[in-house]
Amino acid sequence: MTGIVEAGYLVATLSFVGGLKYLSSPIKAKKGNLLAAMGMTLAVGLTIYAAISQNLPAVNLMVILGAILIGSIIGRVMSSRVEMTGMPQLVSLFNAMGGGCAMLLGIIEGQQVGVSTLALNVQLLLAGGLVIGAASLTGSMVAYYKLSGKLKDNRSRILIYLARTSLVLILGLLISFAFNLFPISFITVIYILAFLSLLYGVLFVWPIGGADMPVVISLLNSLTGVATALAGLVYSNKIMIAGGIFVGAAGLLLTLLMCKAMNRSLLKVLAGTFAKGKEGGEVKEIHIKETTSSETAMQLAFAQKVAVVPGYGMAVAQAQHACANLQKQLESRGTELHYIIHPVAGRMPGHMNVLLAEANIGYDLLKEMDEVNDEMDQYDLVLIVGANDVVNPAAENDENSPVYGMPIIRAHKGKQVVVIKRGMSTGYAGVENNLFGEENCQLLFGDAKSVLQDVIGQLKLV
Amino acid sequence: MELINENLDTIYFVILCLFLGIEVISNVPAILHTPLMSGANAISGVILVGAVIIMIKVDPTDYLSLTLGGLAVLLGTLNIAGGFFVTGRMLSMFSPKKPKTDK
Repeated sequence: MTGIVEAGYLVATLSFVGGLKYLSSPIKAKKGNLLAAMGMTLAVGLTIYAAISQNLPAVNLMVILGAILIGSIIGRVMSSRVEMTGMPQLVSLFNAMGGGCAMLLGIIEGQQVGVSTLALNVQLLLAGGLVIGAASLTGSMVAYYKLSGKLKDNRSRILIYLARTSLVLILGLLISFAFNLFPISFITVIYILAFLSLLYGVLFVWPIGGADMPVVISLLNSLTGVATALAGLVYSNKIMIAGGIFVGAAGLLLTLLMCKAMNRSLLKVLAGTFAKGKEGGEVKEIHIKETTSSETAMQLAFAQKVAVVPGYGMAVAQAQHACANLQKQLESRGTELHYIIHPVAGRMPGHMNVLLAEANIGYDLLKEMDEVNDEMDQYDLVLIVGANDVVNPAAENDENSPVYGMPIIRAHKGKQVVVIKRGMSTGYAGVENNLFGEENCQLLFGDAKSVLQDVIGQLKLV
Repeated sequence: MELINENLDTIYFVILCLFLGIEVISNVPAILHTPLMSGANAISGVILVGAVIIMIKVDPTDYLSLTLGGLAVLLGTLNIAGGFFVTGRMLSMFSPKKPKTDK
């Protein structure tokens, strides 16, 4: 009886490993997703089966089945409606659900059992899962609201201090409970911890800036995984432990990758601070050269190899389909077009690739930064659409710049550079872009979508 | 020491899972980071298993716990279903070759 369930869990765990493994290849990724989903269905089905054989009350069974039915339908509807630009929000929202589930488990378990029936280490695991789950719930909700533009960054110092205070209180409470310093019951501790952690989640994500969102989302994702693994340890349930740890590892890897791509330490991102440029750096006067869409069309017409560097500005202008049209135009003329994508382009890891894939751009044309950075001079024209800080040469040659040290796409090494931009505003980092002053760089002002359409129209005439 | 000896199997399991997880995931190319993240997100919904287990112990007349448990199951399911569906939707857009027809 339990043998079947345990064997099924083993199969499901292996399906998670296989699913994640398959996700590393674009061709197999779809199968991987299906495999993991089937493993999950198996695990949940077996758990319900095991629960029924352990005299699960009929009412509870109805509640479980009802909730699963409703959850599946809502999840399906939500995922089919979302725009690809809204993907980061949705992932945050789903992550919040997982965090909420972990928190509720802690609360219910706290209500169900007397203090004495659980060993102290199990109580601590339970409390830890609850803390992380609750913080992940509100943190992801705040991330959701920030990403959908309903909530602005709030960088006031008070929030940061309050966040640190609540973190200290949470840890202090956990430690004092572990060493039995105060005579308080487990359920009281659970409620106080839940409250503090919910608060901490809000305070911790609120001050973090928009460009750091890829880091935050990965981190929150990782936290939900850890909460799942802790809950799994409470029930000594292997599939929960394994699943939780895989997710925790994936989230952490992506978090560190994103930090590296922005040349920021994780601690600095979490502290909500951004490095200010060193004082005394001389302000260079930048002379820019403006260009027109017909000139750009001419340049495109004579180019052999073209690179497009997309940034989040392209997604905001919904210009990815215009990009795809440009690509078709150029290909019909025998011109090669590559897309060069910075690791943090977009609002979550790999976001830009999804946006371009939505516009039917084959992924073999998408180049990673490191792949092409040493041979940027092969491109006759580099077209920068809505990217700014990630092409700032100051990151490589101006030690006084706040972005110094950040890996960039060496767009300035291209033979000619055209930047499509709304206006002369600085990028997220608030830094002047030295690229605009370079000899080979021209600026084309306007909305990315209409400018690109204009260029395509002109290109047809050439 | 006692604590470690008692839970030796679990500790081995946790460490092996950790290494396996890192090993499997570290090879994912940047173009698939978003699907990886939403797929991993869906897998973290395996906490639904815990929500079902906890329902075994809940007294059917304890309406508060029953409601909270139901809510936990609902949230876990949303995480799983939404995560896998949206990952599938994203991955179906990654075509190995440039499509010939316009959309």
